[in-house]
Amino acid sequence: MTDLSNDRVRSLIDGEMAWDELRNEVLPDPKDPNRFEKTREVLQDRVDWDDPILVPLNDHLYVVGTDEGRVVRTECGEDLCDVDENWKRSCRIRVRDEDEEFEELYPKYMHVDPDWAFELREWYCPECYKLVDVDAVPVGYPVIKPFDPDIDTFYEEWQGRPAPDREGDDAAAD
Amino acid sequence: MSKQDRQGSDLHDPGTTVRERKFDDAEPPIGWDGQTLQEMLDESERLAEETGHYQGLDELEMKEEDRFTYERLYSRLRGALVSARETALHVSASPIVREIGELCFQVYTPEGDSIAVSTGIIVHVHTGSLAIKYMIEQDYEHDRGIQPGDVFCNNDNDLGNVHTTDVHTFVPIFYDDELVAWADGVTHEIDIGGMTRGHDQLASTNRHEDGLYATCEKIGEDDKLYQDWRDRGQRGTRTPMYWDLDEKCRLAGCHMIREAIHDMIDEVGVDTFKQFIYEAVEEGRQTMESRVQERLFPGTYREASFLPITWGDKAWQPGSRQDMMNHLPVEVTVDEDGGMELDMEGASPPGPHAFNCAEGSMEGALWVSLTQCLLHDGKVNDGAHMAVDTHYPEGSVTNPQDPELSYHTPWATIFPTYQGVWKCISRGFFSRGFREEVVTGYGEPSDAIQGGGKLMDSFADAIPDALGDYFPVGPFELSCQGLGASACRDGLDYAYAMFNPEADLGDVEEWEQTQWGLIQLGRKVKPNTAGHGKYRGGTGWEGMYTVMGSEDVSLYCLSLPDVTWCSSGMSGGYPHSTSYSVRAHDTDLASRTVKGEPYSIGDDRPGDHQFEQNIEAEEIIRDQSGMFWPEEFDNYDMLHYKMSGGPGWGDPLERPPEKCKEDIEDEVFTPDIVEQVYGVVGEYDADDREFTIDEDATRERRAEIREERAEETQSFEEFFEEEKDRVKKGDWNDGVQWMYEGVFELSEEWADEFRGFWDLGDNYSP
Repeated sequence: MTDLSNDRVRSLIDGEMAWDELRNEVLPDPKDPNRFEKTREVLQDRVDWDDPILVPLNDHLYVVGTDEGRVVRTECGEDLCDVDENWKRSCRIRVRDEDEEFEELYPKYMHVDPDWAFELREWYCPECYKLVDVDAVPVGYPVIKPFDPDIDTFYEEWQGRPAPDREGDDAAAD
Repeated sequence: MSKQDRQGSDLHDPGTTVRERKFDDAEPPIGWDGQTLQEMLDESERLAEETGHYQGLDELEMKEEDRFTYERLYSRLRGALVSARETALHVSASPIVREIGELCFQVYTPEGDSIAVSTGIIVHVHTGSLAIKYMIEQDYEHDRGIQPGDVFCNNDNDLGNVHTTDVHTFVPIFYDDELVAWADGVTHEIDIGGMTRGHDQLASTNRHEDGLYATCEKIGEDDKLYQDWRDRGQRGTRTPMYWDLDEKCRLAGCHMIREAIHDMIDEVGVDTFKQFIYEAVEEGRQTMESRVQERLFPGTYREASFLPITWGDKAWQPGSRQDMMNHLPVEVTVDEDGGMELDMEGASPPGPHAFNCAEGSMEGALWVSLTQCLLHDGKVNDGAHMAVDTHYPEGSVTNPQDPELSYHTPWATIFPTYQGVWKCISRGFFSRGFREEVVTGYGEPSDAIQGGGKLMDSFADAIPDALGDYFPVGPFELSCQGLGASACRDGLDYAYAMFNPEADLGDVEEWEQTQWGLIQLGRKVKPNTAGHGKYRGGTGWEGMYTVMGSEDVSLYCLSLPDVTWCSSGMSGGYPHSTSYSVRAHDTDLASRTVKGEPYSIGDDRPGDHQFEQNIEAEEIIRDQSGMFWPEEFDNYDMLHYKMSGGPGWGDPLERPPEKCKEDIEDEVFTPDIVEQVYGVVGEYDADDREFTIDEDATRERRAEIREERAEETQSFEEFFEEEKDRVKKGDWNDGVQWMYEGVFELSEEWADEFRGFWDLGDNYSP
């Protein structure tokens, strides 16, 4: 069993872990059973806000517990929406569907044929303009919500404890 | 007519290849303890339904109480399968099997549930299961007969296969009068007949054009293949020698497995063996559930992939001459018990193309995906399959339930679909902190140049008569695509194939021994194929072929992603590049070679028409679509092809400039693309392959890109109104129209979701 220190988790998150270490100590099974909590601690230390991270969604998006309920928050602190809503509706978006726009990213011939009505939708943080997702879909395709995490099942059933934003609930009820 | 005598070659003389052996018949019922196979299957399904455990085994008694015997039996069984594969592949002559290892052996319970699998194309661990269950349910036990020494064959996708050129050989394994297991060997054939040459056809549009079908057919008894079956293979394929030796390879492997199982039972007793195989399957199921709880996050994950089919101006048959697009949505749900469900509600209907995919093919592909991302170890068998509920909508391209369709190339449906599944699972990995397990997808293993030709007489004289003068073209370079990035490192470069964890493109020399008239002029890294991102996808590569000493050569290309992307990257990563094609007819290659002048071996800068700069030709076809149908090639004609990169992870502006410098020097990206996408500016000395970063200019360019982002984006509300307007006008091409129309007809549920999202009335239809 590989017991990863928080420093090594930090190195993994930063993409700085050497391949030998990654291959020999991080990739093989069994994994460190506390990886989730260690990762959460490292990520929580890095953000400028105190509300607890409940689920990391991607490099810059988190589900966070707040006094007003669970929200999707960007790393820079922008609350996009309630956790039950699709955070893409709160992003800034750029749609590419023409040759000139595709050819800022790919050489001629190596991108979508514009006759095929296909789009690259780039989703940006409305505050810091980090790119948080890219969809490649035909014109008219609905905007899918990528993930609905079942947060309480995870913490209560799989981790055996309340979610960090509900830790005081039992005591309060008592 | 081929030089080879299709009836009289020494290679096909039964006397040289078959041993005489007579088995005693086993009177039905042949199941355990006086049961029929159908009774065993019914009981197995009842117990699974009622208890949630395979055979009702909530405890693994043997594993707990006699762990050494249990693990030793599994190791011996697994060893027997791997040994059978490594030995039997040398019987084959086809480089697809012998060099690339496109074969696999597996063992099943009498009910048809896989216990263990060899290395190789393990996508088939579950497809064989379906074929065995079909034979049970059709009562082969009493009708056709299942006897010691019997041999069965199946390549019918609708009954249990992936695509028609994967051919299974089944051997029932008896101990005394009971069926104790089944052995199954699969090889990927280079040709099974059909309307065109090739192992993944484009042109076939229905079953009758697919080629030779074996429908869970008994093909031999007493370990000997029937004469009529052998004749059928010899006369029904373009490559009878490869067909024959591949079949002997499969049969030899199955017989090795049978002997190994007999030895095991002789040693431990049949009751112990029976208990072991049931517990092994249940352990596989339990392992899958526990792995889901260990690695994923409960909840619902969603993705959608797409496959453009550009048949409007390509197809031969009038009925298929239309542009189409397959919609391949996936919804993965992980429940509180660690169970997983895959739902493809909203998938497109099947069509007049070769990309229709039977339910068993989809299940096989799910299985090969799970074994690579969740189940790398433990008991890899049908237990994992039992831990996942699937919904491939009946009547859709993922489960047509229609044997009339063509199923020759379902991979074109499978590859995009499982990009979506991998992305869903990767989201789970990421949320749990397992960033090293994230994979954003993969380069779709295609751009498969296929076809065949004949050697001119002067060249054919150098080839042994027994091999004939027809050469098939089916290189497996498609086995080496770029893998998607993870969330902590770049994707693997030019070394991955989704369908076979042991990806290998093979040696040029090995393929040139088979594809005599097709000469490889070059292979190199293809710049700008990798998907952009903080961690880029693995890069793809390109190659060049010419034809020499041949006649009657036709070649075609199955290419993905073609004129649109199938999927995208993750967390701000972009999809890898799409494909395109360049081929030249009636070239000056021969005279350039004689004069020692340079000729094109690649097409680094397609926008500059780089290929054309070092070759002249009567006709050069350069097309944004990489997919082209069978086309005649003469000697010294040239054919460029490329293999995909993988999708990226993360915002490209977060990629360290030093990494971009390496990308340029390794020819993964060109400097202009790096400046535009990554904002890294500098000077590139191409002769010394050295890029010098201009740090100030890089800082400025990155700031400029961030400003551009603010200027060129719009709010969601603005986007919604503009896009909704396009929806109401149907502002898309015929292929996308075909997709929306078909999905609306097939799935009221998906149609309602579409109408609801765009806030359209109940009467809206595309």
